[in-house]
Amino acid sequence: MSNGTLIVGGSQAGLQVAVSLRQLGDTSPIILVGEEDHPPYQRPPLSKEFLAGEAELDSLAFRTPGFYADSGIDLVCGERVSGVSLSTSGPRGSGVAMTASGRELPFNRLALTVGAGARRLPLPGADLGGICYLREYNDAADLRTELSTATNVVVVGGGFIGLEVASAARALGRSVTVVEAAERLMARSVGPVVSEFYRQAHLRRGIDVRLSSAVSGFQGERGRVTGVTLSDGARLPADLVLVGVGVLPRTELAGQLGLVCDQGIVVDAHARTSDPWIVAAGDCTVQPHPITGQGRVRLESVQNAVAQAQVAAATLLGRLDNVISVPWFWSYQGDLRLQIAGLAAGYDTQVVRGDPADEQFSVLYYRHDRLLAVDAVNRPADYMAVRKALGQGASIAPDRATDPDIPLRSLIGGPAPAAPAVHRAEA
Amino acid sequence: MGTLSKVIYIDSAGREYAVDATIGDTVMATAVRNGIPGIVAECGGNCSCATCHVWVREEFAPVVGPPNDMEEDLLDMGVSERRSTSRLSCQIRITEALDGLTVEIPPEQP
Repeated sequence: MSNGTLIVGGSQAGLQVAVSLRQLGDTSPIILVGEEDHPPYQRPPLSKEFLAGEAELDSLAFRTPGFYADSGIDLVCGERVSGVSLSTSGPRGSGVAMTASGRELPFNRLALTVGAGARRLPLPGADLGGICYLREYNDAADLRTELSTATNVVVVGGGFIGLEVASAARALGRSVTVVEAAERLMARSVGPVVSEFYRQAHLRRGIDVRLSSAVSGFQGERGRVTGVTLSDGARLPADLVLVGVGVLPRTELAGQLGLVCDQGIVVDAHARTSDPWIVAAGDCTVQPHPITGQGRVRLESVQNAVAQAQVAAATLLGRLDNVISVPWFWSYQGDLRLQIAGLAAGYDTQVVRGDPADEQFSVLYYRHDRLLAVDAVNRPADYMAVRKALGQGASIAPDRATDPDIPLRSLIGGPAPAAPAVHRAEA
Repeated sequence: MGTLSKVIYIDSAGREYAVDATIGDTVMATAVRNGIPGIVAECGGNCSCATCHVWVREEFAPVVGPPNDMEEDLLDMGVSERRSTSRLSCQIRITEALDGLTVEIPPEQP
């Protein structure tokens, strides 16, 4: 009997590999093993609806319990895969995985969808109670409990997670300060115009934002955090701290297998690792730019987890699909709905549509007149138009895009100028 | 567990899937949890991806109602074949009045 496919990581990408294998007609056994106690669930609402009390674990589950049995997917929860070895005598790509509890999981095909873990701050006092991270359900449940009684919330890190939590905390009436080491918010994800807009918009909503501020340590009493010290000596009172300073891709298993890693498991456009018999998908990977095919990017997004997992499943079945998928992202911070399509890295020109003061505007990014990306704030039509244009390999004339009353979809035209080389790798 | 209401999904090959849905859930979430093929719903109901597009059967269209503004923009741009009864299923909440609701799933989602 065949041992089938082993998918390590009960994540959105992991589930999608399993589902896509079945949709592509694979009937061999599938084991999906995850470290968390819960069947795969949606993570994005953890920092939004869940904190607001509008979603619970049950409503976040991707599938009913019956789905897994009906689809012949053997879901194993609460088991961490601690080791994997490949067979030297069996078919190429086959081997056996070992879990921390000693269970052996043999496989003929292996997919790594192990995700990433929250980056920790190795600072004095970082182990105090009331210092939270947010990556998985258990983190969110702890954070929500802490938020219910907190008075002064300090958020370390002005990225998506930090600002979403800051918005949720502020909506609950907490006093909130965001401390960001860089000189602007969400610097890795959006352009400076959008960063500055968000700084002002959050200030208007009563959130204190400190830029270019590094944290040097935490104070506490009786094991609980009471304050955050900044490197300039300032001290912020805090009974709850949320640290959102990015993630580290989980590369331990890939390392054991001798796979090439570079701030993530390196894969090609077909989700193949440096051992072409092993695929990887989602936040744990770095891949060629999904539109230009050049450089190396790490995309932490739902869209990428799904698209890359679909490709990985096809690859496992011996089908090398050539798919161009447009990256997209969203971050809803209270009533500020940010939607991003494309990757702006390397842009030389930007076009601002609408007035940021109205809290409804978008910024289009170009390189050599070729459309690269949009950051849209409360302008979903702009976001969708750019997503569509990029998917078609088309552009949108920058000179007319400045008029917010002309729908962008009416400006989508002709093939874009030839792609210039993108040399920069952007995480 | 809330009260149940029936939703019927018809895929592009004409296959019917009848599912017991909980009142208050969305037509999208019900489809995804039960593994109905063709409703991708990448963004998980945030009106960000337009991959949960359905065509509502004519007789239910008046009860379901028209798309909201944000949804309108996504439908306008995001779907391959927009029809008069196109909706994003993440924006349709199941009510008692929608018992037996029948939606068709387009052959492709963006």
